Amino acid sequence: MNAAEHTDHIVSPKIYVAIFFALMIGTLLTVMAAFYNLGPWNIVVALGIATMKATLVVLFFMHAKYSPGRTKVVIIAAIFWLAIMLVLTLTDYETRSGEEVRLASPAVPTLFHV
Amino acid sequence: MHRTGELYGQFETLEQQKDSAALGMWIFLVTEVLFFGGMFMTYTVNRHEFFTAFGVGGNTLDIKLGTANTIVLIMSSLTMAMAVWSAQTGKKKLVTTFLILTLGLGCVFLGIKGIEYKQKFDHHLIPGHNFDISYRVNHPEPGESPQVLAAEREELAKAWAADPNLNSHAQLYVSLYFAMTGLHALHMVVGAGLLLWLLSQAVKQRFTPAYNTPVEIVGLYWHFVDIVWIYLFPLLYLIDRHR
Repeated sequence: MNAAEHTDHIVSPKIYVAIFFALMIGTLLTVMAAFYNLGPWNIVVALGIATMKATLVVLFFMHAKYSPGRTKVVIIAAIFWLAIMLVLTLTDYETRSGEEVRLASPAVPTLFHV
Repeated sequence: MHRTGELYGQFETLEQQKDSAALGMWIFLVTEVLFFGGMFMTYTVNRHEFFTAFGVGGNTLDIKLGTANTIVLIMSSLTMAMAVWSAQTGKKKLVTTFLILTLGLGCVFLGIKGIEYKQKFDHHLIPGHNFDISYRVNHPEPGESPQVLAAEREELAKAWAADPNLNSHAQLYVSLYFAMTGLHALHMVVGAGLLLWLLSQAVKQRFTPAYNTPVEIVGLYWHFVDIVWIYLFPLLYLIDRHR
């Protein structure tokens, strides 16, 4: 065992604290945005901010920025496979006419009514 | 015998050994992304089909508790990152301190989640025969503002008019809420177990600048669970709330 041989990239606490405050600001913004009705932009704003927050966590907290190329390839592959699942499934559901597809919903009798 | 960071025969350097361990964890996290991805996919398709019920369902959640939990979880990610830094720089006592803080914040998250689940029972929002999406507005707490209640009643009446099967479809939302937050909470419990194991090693001062791979790897898992919540929070709590 030789400690000097070890070449970790050590991320400084300053960067961690800066990322923490960026994540807090993102949380504040997304909660504030939730109280305004932006129509179709609600999802875009909410998921946009979430993706920015997730990117910061992956790059800095999870050290992806300082990781070797093969680790980065694995991360990109994860996003790519997730995108295949989401996009291809949605192209199916979005392009069928409404009457042909009926999703199952639980057939539980309603005991209470307004 | 415990590991102290010696080089195993199949690796050339310690750096390669450590990078391989991290790569293995990342590959596990890829499978986790797809595991949770299936849930997000189900949520997206159902939300698209039953948007009225999902809108009503989203408004039954407590945004204050959800926001508090988001802040708690991001704080725990910071303390986890600081535990990794403490191990890498040889600050052995700080490792223990930061691991305890991370574990404590994780428990606070689960506690708040428990309070939220209890609310769902109180409001008759558990899927099954007693499920009643209108229960809360018909049984208000004393001291609730009449204007807010009137607005909520009007909203609900509109939703019933748009979707006669509102009660069934809202159950889909609540079922997905429990499945998604429950799976996430299960991952938090596993993370808490891993943190306890790290703590048992940290108090024996096992983590040094030469040997800290376990702290780093559990850190990767903990941050991943944080990322899942970063997406769950807006999808479940925020996108249908505009008041």
